[in-house]
Order: sequence, then C-alpha cells, then structure tokens
Amino acid sequence: MRKVYSRIESIVGNVISVRAEGVRYGELAVVGSRYGDSLAEVIRLRGDEVSLQVYAGGRGISTGDEVRFTGNPMQVSFTDNLLGRVFDGSGKPRDNGPVLTEGLIEIGGPSVNPAKRIIPRNMIRTGIPMIDLFNTLVESQKLPIFSVSGEPYNPLLARIAMQAEVDIIILGGIGLKYDDYLFFKDTLEDGGALSRTIFFVHTASDPVVEALLVPDISLAVAEKFALKGKRVLVLLTDMTNFADAMKEIAITQEQVPSNRGYPGDLYSQLASRYEKAVDFEGAGSITILGVTTMPGDDVTHPVPDNTGYITEGQYYLRNGRIEPFGSLSRLKQLVNDTTRDDHRSIMDGMIKLYANYRESQEKKSMGFRMSEWDDKLLKYGELFERSMMDLSVNIPLEEALDLGWKILADCFGPEETGLKTDLIKQFWPREAVR
Amino acid sequence: MTTGKVLAINGNMVSVTVSGDVSMNEVGYIVLGEKRLKAEVIRIRGDQAELQVFEITRGISVGDPVEFTGELLAVELGPGLLTTIVDGLQNPLPELAERSGFFLERGLYLQALPRNKTWHFTPTVKAGDTVVRGDALGHVPEGIFEHWIMVPFGIFGSCTVVSVAPEGDYNVDHEIATVKDERGETHTLTMVFEWPVKRAIDAYEERLRPEVPMVTKVRIVDTFLPVARGGTYCIPGPFGAGKTVLQQITSRNADVDIVIIAACGERAGEVVETLREFPELTDPRTGKSLMERTVIICNTSSMPVAAREASVYTAVTIAEYYRQMGLNVLLLADSTSRWAQAMREMSGRLEEIPGEEAFPAYLESVIAAFYERAGLVRLRTGATGSVTIGGTVSPAGGNFEEPVTQATLKVVGAFHGLSRARSDARKYPAIDPMDSWSKYNGTVDRSMTEYARGVLFRGDEVGQMMKVVGEEGTAVEDYILYLKSDFLDAVYLQQNAFDKVDAAVGTERQRHVFDLLYQILGSHIRIESKEEARTFFYQMRQKFIDYNSAEWESEEFRKLEQELRELLGTVASGLERAAQEAYDNRGNYA
Ligand SMILES: Nc1ncnc2c1ncn2[C@@H]1O[C@H](COP(=O)(O)OP(=O)(O)OP(=O)(O)O)[C@@H](O)[C@H]1O
Ligand SMILES: [Mg+2]
Repeated sequence: MRKVYSRIESIVGNVISVRAEGVRYGELAVVGSRYGDSLAEVIRLRGDEVSLQVYAGGRGISTGDEVRFTGNPMQVSFTDNLLGRVFDGSGKPRDNGPVLTEGLIEIGGPSVNPAKRIIPRNMIRTGIPMIDLFNTLVESQKLPIFSVSGEPYNPLLARIAMQAEVDIIILGGIGLKYDDYLFFKDTLEDGGALSRTIFFVHTASDPVVEALLVPDISLAVAEKFALKGKRVLVLLTDMTNFADAMKEIAITQEQVPSNRGYPGDLYSQLASRYEKAVDFEGAGSITILGVTTMPGDDVTHPVPDNTGYITEGQYYLRNGRIEPFGSLSRLKQLVNDTTRDDHRSIMDGMIKLYANYRESQEKKSMGFRMSEWDDKLLKYGELFERSMMDLSVNIPLEEALDLGWKILADCFGPEETGLKTDLIKQFWPREAVR
Repeated sequence: MTTGKVLAINGNMVSVTVSGDVSMNEVGYIVLGEKRLKAEVIRIRGDQAELQVFEITRGISVGDPVEFTGELLAVELGPGLLTTIVDGLQNPLPELAERSGFFLERGLYLQALPRNKTWHFTPTVKAGDTVVRGDALGHVPEGIFEHWIMVPFGIFGSCTVVSVAPEGDYNVDHEIATVKDERGETHTLTMVFEWPVKRAIDAYEERLRPEVPMVTKVRIVDTFLPVARGGTYCIPGPFGAGKTVLQQITSRNADVDIVIIAACGERAGEVVETLREFPELTDPRTGKSLMERTVIICNTSSMPVAAREASVYTAVTIAEYYRQMGLNVLLLADSTSRWAQAMREMSGRLEEIPGEEAFPAYLESVIAAFYERAGLVRLRTGATGSVTIGGTVSPAGGNFEEPVTQATLKVVGAFHGLSRARSDARKYPAIDPMDSWSKYNGTVDRSMTEYARGVLFRGDEVGQMMKVVGEEGTAVEDYILYLKSDFLDAVYLQQNAFDKVDAAVGTERQRHVFDLLYQILGSHIRIESKEEARTFFYQMRQKFIDYNSAEWESEEFRKLEQELRELLGTVASGLERAAQEAYDNRGNYA
C-alpha cells in the first residue's frame, strides 16, 4: 500500500504540490476531491516538494484533499476489447461499456530506432485527384489538414478514413465538438467501420489537461496494434487545441514563452507525437492524419508552422478545396514513380501552369488586356478548378491523369506545356484539335 | 570518482548535490536501478550541479545516486567510423536495434567502433622518431581511404616513439605504439582515442583561405552561388521548401572525400531514405557504394533533446578528424534550428535570462563558434584538408528576420535562401536567385555570371512593371528581356532532381551549357511581336529541357544543341555590347 498524503501545499492553475518522499518523476497519483477522483502526474521534483499536474484541473481542489501515489506512470489497457469503444482522454469509458483494466501499457513510450524503419512504399488511394495525383498519401505518413475553422475538414478526414484500406481506425478527438464526434460516429457506422474503430475523445467542455493525453493514449494503442501486424490509421482532430492546451498550462506555470505565448518546446512536443507514424518491418503500420486549424488563416502561426516542419506535408483546405499551393505530400516521390510514367510530369507541369494562371487572373483583375496566352491560361485554370480540384470529384488516379492530359490538350499546344517531348509523344490525346 | 545525489528533476534537467570536484561538460550517470542514464554537466554552483540528461527522465527519484566520470562528453575516433549510423552520442543505431529491437531503450550505450573487425596496419614511424599530436604513426586501409593512425590530439608537446607495432592485422583496441612525452610520461596508444566534442581539433599548421569550389552538381549553386571547400553556407527556408532534398542531393553528388550527415531534430523518415539508399548507390568518383564515404549522425526530432544538442558537435568532431588526414570533408547539418531550440529548451529550464524569441543570449556566439570549425587547413605534412559546413535553418514562420537565421547569416560565406513562392510554383531547387549570395568563386567566370544575373534582375523588374502597366504597356524589347530571364530560370536555375541526367550536372557540362545559355541571353533578338517572342522562347525552352536531360556528349545532346543554335540563329544578331565585353573579359577557366 502506497502512502497517502493529505496536505496539499499549493494549488496554482492545474498544478498542485505536496511534500512527499520516494516519488518518481512522471509517476501518476490519484487526487481525491469532493468532486470525485482525478489522476495527476508528477511534473517536477525538488527535494521533498512534488508538483503534480491534475488532469481534471485544479478547480475545486482543496488543500485538505488526499493524494495517493500509484507507483506507475500513465497507462492504458490494450486489448481487442477496445474496438468499437469510446473513451475520454485519460482512458475512462465515455460509453456505457465496462472499465478496461487488463494488459496495461505505458503511454508516451520511447521512439522507434531509425535504423529499424523502412522506406514507406504503399500508396493510399483516396479517389481525390488533388491527393492521388498531386499529393499522394502514403501508408505510414504523418500529414495534417491545414484549415481555417468553418471548412469541412472533419468530413474530409472521415472520407479519407473510409476510403483508405486500413485495419483499425483510432479517432483522437481533442477539444472536439460533440456534434462532430457524432458525425464521425455516424459516418463510420454507415460505412460499417465502427467495429474496427476506437475513440479517445476529449470534448471542448472537458478539463484542459486531459487534452494533452489524447494523442499519447491514441498512439500508444495504435503502436501496439501495429506491432501485431495491423495497419492503423490515427485521426487527430484538432491538434491546434492540443497545442493551445500546452500553451495554457505553460503560462500558468510561468514558463518563458518563445512565440505568441507557446512554450519553447512546442516543436519537440508535437514531433514526439507525429513521429509515432511508422511502418514496422514485418509488422503493421501507423498512419497519422491530423487537423490543424489555423487561427486567422495564418500558416505562419506557431501551431501550423511548427506542424509543417514536422509532418510529411499537409493538405491545405480552403474554400472547400484542397489548394495546390501550400499542399504537399513529401512522400509522394516514394510511390509516384511506379504508378504511371506520366504521373510526375503531369503533377509538376499542371501546377506550374496553374501558377501562371493565377498570375494572369491577377492581371485580369487589375484590368489589363489579356494576351492570347493569358486567355489560354484562364481557360485552363477554370477547367482545372472545375474538373479536378472540386472535392466532389471522385475518380481513380489513372482517370485523373487522362483527364489532366485532356485538359492540357484542350487549352494548349504541346510545346506550351513545358513537358518533355517523349511524354507528349506517348500521352498527348490524339483527337485533340487546336 | 566524484559522486552525487539527485536533488531535483524538471523535464530533462536534473539538479545534483555533488561531493567532490566536477567539471563543466563532464559526463555523469544517474543510476536508476539497473540502468545508468547518461547526462552532461551544464552548470555548477557551489556543491550543486545541473545536468542535462540524454534520456527520458521518467522514473528518476530525488536521492538517486549519480556517478561522475571525470571525462568530458567525447567521441571515439579511429578506423571504422565511415559507414556508421550513430545517434547524437555516437551510439551505433543498427547495433542498438540488434540489442533492443524496434525501440530505443534508454540507458543502453554501445561503443561506436566495431571491435571485432581487424585492420591492416602499416607503420610509418620507427622507435626513436619524434612525433607530435596529429602525426601519423602508420595507416590502415578504410574503404577507399588511407586512414591515418595518429598521435592523439590530446598529447601535447613532442614525443619520442618508444615502440611501434609491426605491419599486421589488429583490431582497434590493440596496442599500436608507445610514445614518451616531454615530461617523460609514457602513453600506450591504440588505433582509437577520444576527443571532447565541444573542443575544436586544432592539430594543424595554419588555416588557409577557402578558394577551390566544392562542386555540388546543382547548377544554381555551382554557377551562381558557389561554396568553397573549407567554407560555410546555410540554407534557410520555410517548411517544405526543399532544404532537406537539396542536402540529400548534395550528400550524393558533392565533390568531396567524405560526407558527414547530421540529421538533427528532423524527421526520422528522411534519414531512413539515406541509410537505405546509400548502400545501393555507387559513388561515380570511386565506383564504390556511397555509404563508404558517409557517416550518419542521426538524432531525430523524437529522440532526446539533449542528445540533439550534442549531435552537431559529434558530427563536426568526426569531420575534423578526417580532415586531419588531408581529406576534404563536407558536413551537412539539418536543421541547425533544432539544435538552437534544444539550447533554448535547456536555457529555459536553467531559468537564464532569455533573449529574443526566448533563445539564450549566447545563441549568436555559439552558432559562430560552430561554423568556425569549418576551414581549410595545412597540416604538418604540407597536405591540406578541409571541413565544409552547410547547415539548414528552419525559421519560425519562414521569416528570415529571426535570431537563428540572422546569427547564421553573420558568419557564413554563402547564403542559399529558399523561397516559398518558388517551391509553391514547383521551381526546384527553390533557391531564391535574387536574395541569395555567395562570397566564394564558382565554376564559371564571375563577369559572365554577373551578366546573367543582371538579365535575371532586369527581367524581373520588367515582370514587376508588367503587373502595373500590363503587357500592352511594355515594349517588345523589355518583354524579350523578361522572357530571357524567365528562360534562364526555367532551363538553368531550375533543375529536375528526379531526372536521371539533369539531377547532377558536372563542372564541364555546366561550363559548356552555360556558354550556350550565355549566347542566348546575350544576343540581340530580332522579333517584332510579343506573341512571336513568347512562342520563340517557349520553343527554345522545350528543346533546352530535352537537352538538359540528354546524356552528356551523347548523339542526342549534340543534335539538340545544334537545333538550339540553329533556332537561335534565326532571330539572333550578335551579342549585346555588355554581354560581349563580359565574354571577352572572362577568366581563363577551362
Ligand atoms: N529539388 C527538388 N525537386 C523536386 N521536388 C522537390 C525538390 N525539393 C523539394 N521537393 C519537394 O518538396 C518536398 C519538401 O522538400 P524538403 O523535405 O526538402 O523540404 P524542407 O525545406 O526540408 O522542409 P522542412 O523544413 O519541413 O524539413 C519534397 O518532399 C519534394 O516533394
Ligand atoms: Mg527538411
């Protein structure tokens, strides 16, 4: 039986401190207050002074409340019984199912040895040309959707999840709206995927500290499934809420902020989560799709900025479309060399021309006369947006490539495309008349 | 040895009460049951020392014992470093994987150099000879190199060789020589010795000015923004602009003997690409696998932060070591910002007074001191060796007006700034040709590249102007200038990293192609209408792109060049005066 301490010395924000001995760094304690028990984690030790971060928050905690140390760090149960279940950030059931206690595993475990990683090699087909053709998603990739609030990022996330051929889906909701949670649940249910889904959901009304646990708990479970050979897709929405929770806590702890109030280790904190994405040789994989909402549609805001530096690209969702500029899949080149010979060239060539279209469009908006070339570009851009960029388009990659050639041939002569001659010989649509 | 007890724990910083002497940067181990966690002393006040722990600190308690080693944080130097893949503290990752599987296990440390391997040693000194630190006692073949077995850099003053092993096969721990120093102390030497990573190796005669270009086979770099052997350069750029790809390309193609890759706080996946592909790729210079000239120091973003801070020093120390053998070494660090952030995290825990963006006040001097470790040196043998350092910088928000970029720009010799606009438009490598600069000489004559840059600038001005006055308000002449600059960009500055041929362009080809390009840029073009001009340049561009991917000096290459010249001939009438002048004044490079 571990010792119980009943004298809390200080309560600042979500952090309490007690005097205790033999406590380990990172250990978990249970704080019993009259509003119920909450877990708390040791975040600082100095002599016999122990500071703990209370998951349920400091509100309502009394200096006379009991603190019981468990001797363990934060753990979660790992069993197949997790499937189809809904939990909160600290692993407590949110549905009416039983509390799971078997097969406890630690969360926030060590990182994978880079020497044991393999080069990702499997394309994940989504049927969305802006993804499959221009920014191919790859198994074991970590990739967020950058979005302003109000864009349909959760529906996009759900759609990709449903199309992707994975064994297990883990939804980590951070500050998730209850409606959105229901939306995910319904979509997965309609698609028959609920029984292979696990929810770890922290909603906007839950204590802030619990938001911090969601990625770790989701990824710890994902890792175990992946080691057992499962291809796991982890959805984390919205990681900006995760970062904001970190900021809030850092500020109450009077840490020196680095940039707009965010702590200096924001990058490392985000990285240690995203880097859990992996393809295990001879076992399964973890793919992470996140959502990063951008305050004020500002990519240079510290959260999207640090995220972009960590993840393997991003899908930039704006005006209901995945924007070609700003969107990127860094792993695309690992898979798009074996899809079709023209894949890479169409991918770059169409975007270069689209960039020219944007310039012409700008000129036009300023009232300049359009040259013949401008007119071609305007036609092209309009066609591209309508038949490729629109999110309702749902076609396989090969069809999208053919469509690309068709659009080019509809608008340009071959030498105006900047594409290599041998590809033009092979793929330029014959029936195209200029 | 000095011991201590844990007093406080905050993140990866542990305060320890110490009984006895400790030194700054000394290594200590926190004893946690069976495990010993490595840490480095980063502050000493009275009998209390602060240590940064190179591991996750979970599970440590107040009162846990600490053992100090009396040694500074150091790396092992000796044959077998090449081809190794190590973490920031020089633990070999493949061997760690053999021991602990998929995950990095904390407290597990292994020797960097293989112990079971033997090396064929040939002595070059004999008993009675006088030697000083850095002198070769003999050599062993390491892959394609002659690896010098040197007098350790930490033995000062002249020494007399007492004995030396005869030619034969030995492992690194075998006694290879004994020497007696000036104070009469005898040192038993093996093929391996340690050197503290945070001290520059200075066992050379003098530092020279870097003059010879380090060819990267990236056109925009070699021709316009060259890097010299022994020089320094930086690649700042927003996320996704292409810093890592540029370094990866350089690590393959750079015309140097040895490449040290420091993957510092970035994605693990990127290193995996290198370490899986390099063994398969052949080095065109030697015909051997690229891995044989490579060392990978890999402390990626989810690995402990303190070891990340150490990793760049580990890398540069290994680079300096090979430089001491008269080799040209290139160190590529990706990303120096992550290293700076590691310093920032620790500075915050130490509660130091923060500077701009919470970086420590000493950021600038630390960055300067790091790049200062690059250089071209003359050794005692008269041979020269060099360490070239190229570091990427990841500025917050992609804004170069931030402490790390600014501190770096103050000290480097070349600046390859990547631009978001260029990477968005898929203009790779996305080095901004306007903002970037280099203080070094390149493969092509400066007066000619200056002329070409002039075309770029003037053409860009026309482009800006056109945004205001429209195409209709632009003279044909100006419009042609605009098309020329666009052409230069499309066929020369941009380079297709995924094209077999275009990916790497050697010096000879660069000079040859630049010459043709120069003819095009410098010519008077007699075309009357803008539409015609555009058509002409797009035709030229198309051919030039095909030309760029034609094998050097192949039939195809000659044919396309002929066609390009003919096409140019239809509209060109001689070089413009300025172009002719620059051409006539060109230095004799060929
Ligand atoms: N030279 C190039 N040719 C073709 N594609 C490129 C080139 N450079 C970059 N890219 C594309 O851009 C992507 C991002 O490049 P890279 O990973 O080098 O960016 P980065 O600047 O290192 O970003 P970060 O700071 O986030 O690490 C690549 O995965 C690739 O798709
Ligand atoms: Mg990078």
